[in-house]
Amino acid sequence: MLIAVVLVLLVVGSILFHFLSPWWLTPIASNWVEVDNTITITFWVTGFVFVAVNLFLAYVCVRYRYRADRKAHYQPESKRLEWGLTWLTAIGVCAMLAPGLLVWGNFVNVPDEAHEIEAVAEQFRWSFRLPGEDETFGKTDVSHMGVENPFGMDPSDPYGADDVLINNGELHLPLHEPVKVLLRSKDVLHNFAVPQMRVKMDMVPGMVTYLWFEPIRIGEFEILCEELCGIAHYAMRGRVVVDEAEDYQTWVDQQVTYEETANLPAANPIVGQALYGLCAACHGPDGQGNQQLGSPKISGQSAWYMQLQINNFKQGIRGTQEGDVFGPQMAAMMATLTDDNSVRNVISHVQDLPDRPAPQTVEGDAERGGWLYTTCAACHGLDAMGIWQQKGPRLAGMSDWYMVSQLQHFKNGLRGYHPLDFGGDQMTQLSIMLTDDRDIRDVVSYINTLAPSE
Amino acid sequence: MNPITLAIALLCSVVVWGLIVRHLTAMPWEEAGGGSHLRDIQTVDLPAAKVAFYALLGVITSLFLLFFTAYNMRMNPSHGGDWHSVAEPGLLWLNTGLLILSSVAMQWARALAKRDNQQKLLLALIFGGLLTLAFLTGQMVAWGQMQASGQYSLSNPASAFFYLLTAVHGFHLIGGLVVWGLTLKKIKGGASAQSLQLTVELCSVYWHYLLVVWLMLFAILVST
Amino acid sequence: MVYTPIADSDDPHALHDPQSFISKYVWSQDHKVIAIQYALTALSVGLLALVLSGMMRLQLAFPESFTFINPSNYLQFVTMHGMIMVIYLLTALFLGGFGNYLIPLMCGTRDMVFPYLNMLSYWVYLLSVLILLASFFVPGGATGAGWTLYPPQAIMPGTPGADYGILLMLISLGVFIIAFTMGGLNYVTTVLQARCKGMSMMRMPLTVWGIFTATILGLLAFPALLVSAIMMTLDKTLGTSFFMPAVLSMGADAGYTGGSPILFQHLFWFFGHPEVYIVALPAFGMVSDVLSVHARKAIFGYRMMVWAIVAIGALSFVVWAHHMYVSGMNPYFGFFFATTTLIIAIPTAIKVYNWVLTLWRGNIRFTVPMLFAIGFIFTFTHGGLTGLFLGNVTVDLPLSDTYFVVGHFHMVMGVSPVLVLFAAIYHWFPKVTGRLLNTTMGKWHFWLTFLGTYSIYLPMHYLGFLGVPRRYFANGTSDFMPDSVQTINISITVAALIVAVVQLLFLFNLFWSLKHGEKAGSNPWEAASLEWQTPDTPPKHGNWGAELPVCHRWAYDYSVPGHATDFIPQNEPHNGEDSLEEMSAHPEEDH
Repeated sequence: MLIAVVLVLLVVGSILFHFLSPWWLTPIASNWVEVDNTITITFWVTGFVFVAVNLFLAYVCVRYRYRADRKAHYQPESKRLEWGLTWLTAIGVCAMLAPGLLVWGNFVNVPDEAHEIEAVAEQFRWSFRLPGEDETFGKTDVSHMGVENPFGMDPSDPYGADDVLINNGELHLPLHEPVKVLLRSKDVLHNFAVPQMRVKMDMVPGMVTYLWFEPIRIGEFEILCEELCGIAHYAMRGRVVVDEAEDYQTWVDQQVTYEETANLPAANPIVGQALYGLCAACHGPDGQGNQQLGSPKISGQSAWYMQLQINNFKQGIRGTQEGDVFGPQMAAMMATLTDDNSVRNVISHVQDLPDRPAPQTVEGDAERGGWLYTTCAACHGLDAMGIWQQKGPRLAGMSDWYMVSQLQHFKNGLRGYHPLDFGGDQMTQLSIMLTDDRDIRDVVSYINTLAPSE
Repeated sequence: MNPITLAIALLCSVVVWGLIVRHLTAMPWEEAGGGSHLRDIQTVDLPAAKVAFYALLGVITSLFLLFFTAYNMRMNPSHGGDWHSVAEPGLLWLNTGLLILSSVAMQWARALAKRDNQQKLLLALIFGGLLTLAFLTGQMVAWGQMQASGQYSLSNPASAFFYLLTAVHGFHLIGGLVVWGLTLKKIKGGASAQSLQLTVELCSVYWHYLLVVWLMLFAILVST
Repeated sequence: MVYTPIADSDDPHALHDPQSFISKYVWSQDHKVIAIQYALTALSVGLLALVLSGMMRLQLAFPESFTFINPSNYLQFVTMHGMIMVIYLLTALFLGGFGNYLIPLMCGTRDMVFPYLNMLSYWVYLLSVLILLASFFVPGGATGAGWTLYPPQAIMPGTPGADYGILLMLISLGVFIIAFTMGGLNYVTTVLQARCKGMSMMRMPLTVWGIFTATILGLLAFPALLVSAIMMTLDKTLGTSFFMPAVLSMGADAGYTGGSPILFQHLFWFFGHPEVYIVALPAFGMVSDVLSVHARKAIFGYRMMVWAIVAIGALSFVVWAHHMYVSGMNPYFGFFFATTTLIIAIPTAIKVYNWVLTLWRGNIRFTVPMLFAIGFIFTFTHGGLTGLFLGNVTVDLPLSDTYFVVGHFHMVMGVSPVLVLFAAIYHWFPKVTGRLLNTTMGKWHFWLTFLGTYSIYLPMHYLGFLGVPRRYFANGTSDFMPDSVQTINISITVAALIVAVVQLLFLFNLFWSLKHGEKAGSNPWEAASLEWQTPDTPPKHGNWGAELPVCHRWAYDYSVPGHATDFIPQNEPHNGEDSLEEMSAHPEEDH
């Protein structure tokens, strides 16, 4: 008896839940309205069956509940009833399957006018490539990949020269133009998914997969990785920005081509030394850092990381938050390095500075910290010497007090707040695993144990 | 479309299985009477060991089919195109001959067990087993030759598959040899040939089966 | 050649005769003892998996609160929870536990045909469990590759346990497959070969049909897992490139070339999808029997139910790639697999209809097992119908890899089989122990489990519609996720913790009733099938005393018109038929 009442309540409750819940498909931003329609058809067919079967079940439970004076009806089978229900089900299945297959046909066949772009995934970030004016992508291969050539461009392939390389997680797309996204992975399986676009596809190392869609409204949409790719899988975010055609063109013009990145003049440490005088005031003549001035040790840090951070400071991506004491100072100083060559020159000088381990100031439980560090190692390396591919900087032997303050900044929103700071955002998301200052001290004191000996 | 081919093959075998299970249309509630006649129609009137043995062959067949499918799919040039065909050592032809002979010896043993000829049965079994050991040794020698030549690196999927598939086949033969050893021990212990009839029969079928697997495997290796 | 397998022999002494405590309860060859060993091991390891899921739920509800849960071990929890639940709990408990206990009793045999092999099967299974548990304690810990163990990530740094954890997992799976094969050959042979007189295939209870078909699926499908496990082990240890393409790992070329991750996925799901039915088919069978007994009515459409089981079993081999619609495989496969997948919905729907129609015009006793069985119909209907979303290739596009998937497979493969397991335990416990489980505790257990799980998984489907991805340590801040997502996550976690705690009540009930439960007698539910007709309860070694039973009718003679009682045991002769004594007096007529 009670079960019948509960079954009815569950059916009614499920229906109410459906209509009252704030969670449903996001407002669509692509041409795939027909996907939504297929979902709607499936929803109503299955919803009808769900309600019908369970209400009938509830009715049966009441009507045929146990009575000592009653005997059950003896009927081993009913061909008519069973086959009737079978055919009815078959019709329902066809009603769902037919539109599904039709829409899938549209998904599989990309329209000829779709322009191609490439999305590249790796642990745990996104980058993008446009084919350039020749509308043809240059060849790539894992064997070419390195810190200077993260896309693995084949230098001998002429088609690659004008390829536009976007080495951060934001991709712009023009409105109302169908786009075929070629999907490539550098390491493990990933999945390119934008909920508002409705379509997704895995990215498989060793092959190129694809999907296509046509953006139908202006806006910014998050790219999520939806195939488990490792420890920081949940923090692997990118962004699709849908622009009007002219805004899109402006954005494309700001990007660099492979040719431009490959043919930079060699950095000059002599010129850099002169520029470094400015930095030495805080970071010290040997780049050893100065805790009183909030300046970390920079000697021994990877060039690519310093370049990234200096650009962040210059572009207002870092060091603009209220409450950040030293960030704005750094941003102001870096504004004086006017062009990219100066930045590269000064970094090349820093690379030449003697690399002595920073003094250790933080105390904590290193053993417990080591257990926590397992997660950090996914990007910073087991030896904490940094990994360019994951954009994890070197930590071992660097200023420990600075790591503590930066972890706190990530947690407090003083760093990693800017939409273009994808690495910072990732740290923000990962730093939630350190629930309090003790966790931070422990993990940093473990990193101290990894400091290379002099 | 390889996975689909495989699926259809399996589907067929399941259908065949369905046909073996006869009388799925019987209406059990209308069948008057208990008794033995039903049972005679419907149980498989074979020794349990035989039924289980054939089921085991089904499992092993599934295993090898899947390996062959994996081989075939990995060969597909769309997967990186790093497949470099390798020339199999000529020794394999000799090994094939040995395995055929061992299968013949096992068949001979089977006939002898049926005729209850214990002396000759022992001889035939020893023959079969030794030939099998010779085959396995031959396979090892072939591995050794390949390793020595240095042209069969594990990073080439063609040679990696060669090692893997010959090893899997070899392990199944070793499993057979374990049963073979136990049977020899029983004969030493004075068991009559008659009492070993079933064991010897199943051994012979197992040997023929692994011979067929080997021939298929060899054909695949040679032709690719 | 006249051959009489021991399982079929009338002489109980032909079986091995346990003398000491050890040979009776530890190295036992008795299928009933082995079944209990299987069941207790599976339940213990399942309890661990339950705790792991509790940890995941805590993290999802309160993402910044627990130091002992971090992204690395969260993935280990995800992986081990999934693998343990699917393989080491559900497969082992349905086939090793219930299969072992019920096949000989329902088919009227004295034991499995190969009792020694059966014993080995359990000990090898235990070994696989121990290897699995050992992986928690090796450097790097258990694997965190997700239960699907996809390469390349499964064996590459950046994934927890990529060195030792994954190897132990693969070895454990290999050992499990050996154990399963030993058990499976036994079940199949016993069903085909050792049934008692009169027990035709079409007289077998659906439980046996379900277990039998599931075992065949397992025997054919597990090799695919073995193949992929062997090849992945070689990729990891010897540097072959079966599955590993050229990849960058931690900024350096990992030295692999040209392997195919998709090939692994094909092999994995060629096992993985039948695996769903390896769990579901025994559940289908057992719930059919529970419904029929407690509704006092023959299972509706027995033949259709058998055909459906066989059809589902066969079709389950041609639907696997519906797990791979967005895997990057040739997209044209989508047409084929969407079609086969939706076709499989038809026999499955027939089963649901027939369960409901079994209750229809019945005389339903709302016992605890019956409540669980009705709960199962509800959850399975829900889970089956949401499967039509994911099976339909287009609808899968936005929903795959979201919480919709999590909600769906937990409804259909988690909650539903588990409800059947509970129904089965409440139903057959009296046969195993001679005592009934406590009804009051049982009802609390049912209501909290049933309502609790629904309030866990229903909202998950809606999070999936919204696009919340699965296998995320934390959702972070996303524009498309309103704050209410976190609110419902907390509510889901509360429900999950309640459900988890209620299982302790169930465990308590198990132990309490063992001593204090109401004495059951030999047939407390007045059931017709053969396992309730044993001369002793619990059945003694050899099951049937001096003489094997003879089956005279199908397992569902309930409420037969014109009969005094509302059930007729399977071994009761028809009126006017030769009596049992006469038949056994003329054994030569048997052949």
